[in-house]
Amino acid sequence: MMLAEGLADQALDSQRAFRAAMDALARPGRILACGDGVPADAPLPRAAAALVLGLCDYETTLHLSPSLAGAAGVADYLRFHTGARLVASPGAAAFALVDLARDGLRLDAFAQGIPDYPDRSTTVIALANSVSTGGRLSIAGPGVASVAELAVTGLPADFTAQWAANRAAFPLGVDILFADAHSLVGLPRSARIIAEGR
Amino acid sequence: MNTAASTPASARRAALALLARATAAELATPLAAHWPDLTVRDLRRPESGLVMVRGRIGGDGAPFNLGEATVTRAVIELADGRRGHGQMLGRDHARARLAAIADALWQGEAERPLIERDLLSPVRRRLEAERAAIAAETDATRVDFFTLVRGDPEA
Repeated sequence: MMLAEGLADQALDSQRAFRAAMDALARPGRILACGDGVPADAPLPRAAAALVLGLCDYETTLHLSPSLAGAAGVADYLRFHTGARLVASPGAAAFALVDLARDGLRLDAFAQGIPDYPDRSTTVIALANSVSTGGRLSIAGPGVASVAELAVTGLPADFTAQWAANRAAFPLGVDILFADAHSLVGLPRSARIIAEGR
Repeated sequence: MNTAASTPASARRAALALLARATAAELATPLAAHWPDLTVRDLRRPESGLVMVRGRIGGDGAPFNLGEATVTRAVIELADGRRGHGQMLGRDHARARLAAIADALWQGEAERPLIERDLLSPVRRRLEAERAAIAAETDATRVDFFTLVRGDPEA
């Protein structure tokens, strides 16, 4: 089977992806462009692919949600280009790639970190059909001037409750990067969802 | 997977070991002669990095880190999906890519005899000649120690 190529410029594009992830978590709710370096025939949305290719290497563990693990070429593509170890259990993964629409999202299944090392929690990269501002969720917290608006397609119905539980465990908990074809938005564990619209 | 699975891993290992030691000319000349217009896609463009070389003194010595060595690797894919890996000491990116192309071709039943005959065999001969030359030079300086008289002959 043909394998898609990785990042066009290994050094610069992975730095760009890292920068985008860092900015996204520092500025919750801000939409950031990402994924230019990923070829169009990659088996994943390009922003999500750029994040995984930029963040994962042979020392990280990566969990794929069931539909992605079963999808043709996704596991092969990521294993070849990152060298990351794929783990079946979400609780054992440093990074998790989740297809929101097909597999849903259960935040408490992921590694939450431990009190001495809260950083050992899973960073969830969630694939959405689209992410945009001005929508369903109003979020506040560090990095948000007053209130940020966020709309992510495919979120589970009980996401606000799940996020409240995630926030309550601070400094433990997961961080989420929502990615679509060419942009991403971050929701770090420090952010609060203050209102849920329709 | 592909044709590589049907051949013994040790044969491929031996081929890769030779490819890693081949010079750029030894790789490029036969490839250009037999496959002048080969479609090659760079899956992993040549990249250089460091590997830790570990050593041990004697068969039962404790392993230690000898030092780091520069290595270059590349992965290419042919039009039919065969993937070739090139990996070698040094920073010669073009050479690593040529070795990857040769490895991909080697995996095909049709191409393997040509690669063996025109690429690997000359490399094997050169390496053997070099090894023999060094062995001969070393051999010329050999000193055989032996004991003429052991102990005290009067005792």
